[in-house]
Amino acid sequence: MNTGTRTNRTGAAPAQRARDPFNWRRLAALVHKESLQAVRDPSTILIAFVLPVVLLFLFAYAVSLDVREVRIGVVLESDSAAAQALAAAFAGTRYLAVTPARERREVAGQVVSGTLRGYVVIPQDFERRLAARVPQPLVQVITDGSQPNTANFVANYAQGVVQTWRAGRADGAPAAGVALEPRYWFNAELESRRALVPGAIAIVMTIIGTMLTALVVAREWERGTMEAVLSTPASVAEILVGKLLPYFALGMAATLGSAALAIFVFDVPLRGSLAALLLLSAVFLIPALGQGLLISALTRNQFLASQIALFSGFLPAFLLSGFFFEIDAMPPPIQVITYAIPARYFVSSLQTVFLAGDVWPVFLPDLAAMAAIGMLFFAIAKRKTRKNLEA
Amino acid sequence: MSGATAHIASGTARGRGEAAVVIADVAKHFGRVEALCGFSATIHYGRLTGLVGPDGAGKTTLMRVMTGLLVPDGGSVTLAGFDVVEDNDAIHIASGYMPQRFGLYEDLSVLENMRLYARLRGMDADQHAATFEDLLDFTRLGPFTSRLAGRLSGGMKQKLGLACALMAKPEVLLLDEPSVGVDPVSRQDLWRMVRELTDDGMAVVWSTAYLDEAERCESVLLLNAGKLEFDGPPRELTRRIDRRSFRLEQVGAARRAVLSQALNLPTVSDGVIQGDAVRVVLRADAARDAIDALVAETGAALQPVQPRFEDAFIDLLGGGPGGTSALAERFDAVELESDIAVSCRDLSKRFGDFTATDSVSFEVRKGEIFGLLGPNGAGKSTTFKMLCGLLKPTAGEAQVVGRDLRRATGAAKSQLGYMAQKFSLYGLLSVRQNLDFSAGVYGLQGRARRERIDEMIETFDLQPYLGTSPDALPLGYKQRLALACALMHRPPVLFLDEPTSGVDPITRREFWTHINGLARKGVTVMVTTHFMDEAEYCDRVAMMYRARLIALDAPDALKRGAVDDAHPDPTMEDAFIHLVQSADLDAQARADASAA
Repeated sequence: MNTGTRTNRTGAAPAQRARDPFNWRRLAALVHKESLQAVRDPSTILIAFVLPVVLLFLFAYAVSLDVREVRIGVVLESDSAAAQALAAAFAGTRYLAVTPARERREVAGQVVSGTLRGYVVIPQDFERRLAARVPQPLVQVITDGSQPNTANFVANYAQGVVQTWRAGRADGAPAAGVALEPRYWFNAELESRRALVPGAIAIVMTIIGTMLTALVVAREWERGTMEAVLSTPASVAEILVGKLLPYFALGMAATLGSAALAIFVFDVPLRGSLAALLLLSAVFLIPALGQGLLISALTRNQFLASQIALFSGFLPAFLLSGFFFEIDAMPPPIQVITYAIPARYFVSSLQTVFLAGDVWPVFLPDLAAMAAIGMLFFAIAKRKTRKNLEA
Repeated sequence: MSGATAHIASGTARGRGEAAVVIADVAKHFGRVEALCGFSATIHYGRLTGLVGPDGAGKTTLMRVMTGLLVPDGGSVTLAGFDVVEDNDAIHIASGYMPQRFGLYEDLSVLENMRLYARLRGMDADQHAATFEDLLDFTRLGPFTSRLAGRLSGGMKQKLGLACALMAKPEVLLLDEPSVGVDPVSRQDLWRMVRELTDDGMAVVWSTAYLDEAERCESVLLLNAGKLEFDGPPRELTRRIDRRSFRLEQVGAARRAVLSQALNLPTVSDGVIQGDAVRVVLRADAARDAIDALVAETGAALQPVQPRFEDAFIDLLGGGPGGTSALAERFDAVELESDIAVSCRDLSKRFGDFTATDSVSFEVRKGEIFGLLGPNGAGKSTTFKMLCGLLKPTAGEAQVVGRDLRRATGAAKSQLGYMAQKFSLYGLLSVRQNLDFSAGVYGLQGRARRERIDEMIETFDLQPYLGTSPDALPLGYKQRLALACALMHRPPVLFLDEPTSGVDPITRREFWTHINGLARKGVTVMVTTHFMDEAEYCDRVAMMYRARLIALDAPDALKRGAVDDAHPDPTMEDAFIHLVQSADLDAQARADASAA
């Protein structure tokens, strides 16, 4: 063995340092490199800053679970004063946009073509029905069943308008036994935007954490840069952590940006503290980045990585996190699956921190679950990543 | 120690000739493919060792095993005294490795890449300045430090890769095909740098598929199909065929017929065309009378010549194929209305503000083999694609057998066969289905179609592979299949874009036998190649450089133009370097004139 001569030549100190399992200077070099690349790559900026804005705008304005200004027709077959008054009541509400008509034919076609969502018929014998002792249906409601939500809304709301109108007439109509006055907590105006925008932050973080991380590692394999870096003394841990830190920072920056947008532009209240929001986001990034890393350990192809990230990260975060579709309304087997989705815990905590406040009994189990899933991802990713080119 | 490399070389006290890498019985397989079949060899300090062999021979696998990136299935490799598996970390310190594909970050600048590698290799900040200065000086990258690596030319990229691999003064430098995609001028630079490093005691391994590069190495490991065919100084291999290499000179127009006849002689092991001459290698202990008879018959002059490494390699593998192309035999003589098969005038193509082809004009006669030569990115493929009607020219005209490619694209396309540079077969279809498809797409029907397909299967030996996917074929067979598909409709004009890249030398010779045979039948062949020696097969060669046509002449005439004191008998590569340098001087002069 000629170890002696080698030590003389290269000097003991650099050789020793190079063989450290984890070297902070190499890590710093890798982080610096990754940051330069991230800043120079327009697609990173697009995903981290433009996409969140687009998504938030979409969820705040374009996607709305509230029903407002639903277009319906009101067919006034009777000329009586009462019938006219009821028609006016329909026209008066801000939830409906009314197209008046005298005959069914005029509006039926528009329902078929989708211009109107339904119509209400105030029949010729309206006066007689109103006066009848035995309660008789006063109006007929036709709705477009191809959009069940809206159809339900039209039916219920039409009923409501009639009842309110009737109650307003002091002609001795049977008054309801108990007066109900509903009150909604946390989102008193029942604006879906307030629940959707915090949820959208979870989607954005999933995209940055999982998709971007999976893509940038796969890109190194595809471009052959990984081969060159692997041939240096840098260890696998350094290479992976060097990848993650910049995207962690990017994720946190995107969270802050999204939160600012939510609060100042979309009027979503932040009832909890900013510190709690940041803590939640930071902990959510553990499973998000871990999943990205795991994907990149499984495939070295950017296209495949993005597909896997889409199906295992983005879609579950969208569909199964309770952000868009309520988990309680899902079939039980699906509900069980949602427990494995880190975004589920993040969405629940995000909605709490925005709409309710710092409710630590909600946060703590969520934090624990996210951290646990994240650790699992990291453990598998570490096992799957080797410092060589063996597939 | 030379001054320039003072901070680069490890300043080793180790004796020259000591073992740097010891390969013992190394074996590696991927699935069923044996990449390395268990051989032993030693690589020494202070020497430039060539790892030579055709594509797919196992060069890259061996490189990756030596640098600790692949784990051998059998045997062991030690580098600088460390086992590549047991002491993997130490390998990464003792070796510098430059992968075949450019492995640096294209979105980082030259200096940023160098800094990254310096820090990854644990260099101290106070060492930086001197080492960087030396490396930049050594690679002549000094003026380009702030340029993004992605914007560098192929040659400069390799120099940057070399600089990064040299960063921590490795004891062993492993370069995987450093000369691919590098123009001949930069290639000379790389050779110069590597020689300085070995002079300082470093062990350098240079892998290459160009057999002529082997002759520049002090020692050679010759790989073929995972086996070590030869280990030693290249001269030792060529000595085996001493006095067996000859040139039949002044055969001129008859050279293709002469080559064909010569190759059909049982005493001839190998033969190629070199401009106006035919070069042959006789089999060991072969009698001279058959070749002498051929010389007498053709009126050629028989000159003994220096054996080349490639001659020796072919001889080692048992000689090249015969001289008759069964494929061309079946072709009818091509008759065309005009004598000009392909022509273009002021052909230009711009992509945005980048000019890929800049007003190129030439005419190709019927039955001519016309070569387009140039470094990567010179505009060969772009020009080619415009002539085939695959790209629309920005300006200028192109005609194939008298048909305008802008107007009669379909009619022109039916007259040409095109073999793309990148493998263009369908991986999801079997070999037979690929043949069927190309016969169908060219409108062959019924019996003619069956006969033509059977003919191709027979000519190219595809029978055993009919049911397999083209992806699973050995590289040589893929190229054969691609050629079969391009020739299915017996086109009078054939376009071959780098047909022999990635093909072993024996298959390359087989290809040229077909091409020569087709040309003798009157088929016009347009071919691009980056093998300089293959340009010698062409009747005329168009040299492209920076989108322009810088020379167009017969290979011998181009070589004659490059004769000077340093090169009394220039090769095609010398001729190329000469032309590129004068083109650069011209450009410089024009720039100076316009500045003044």
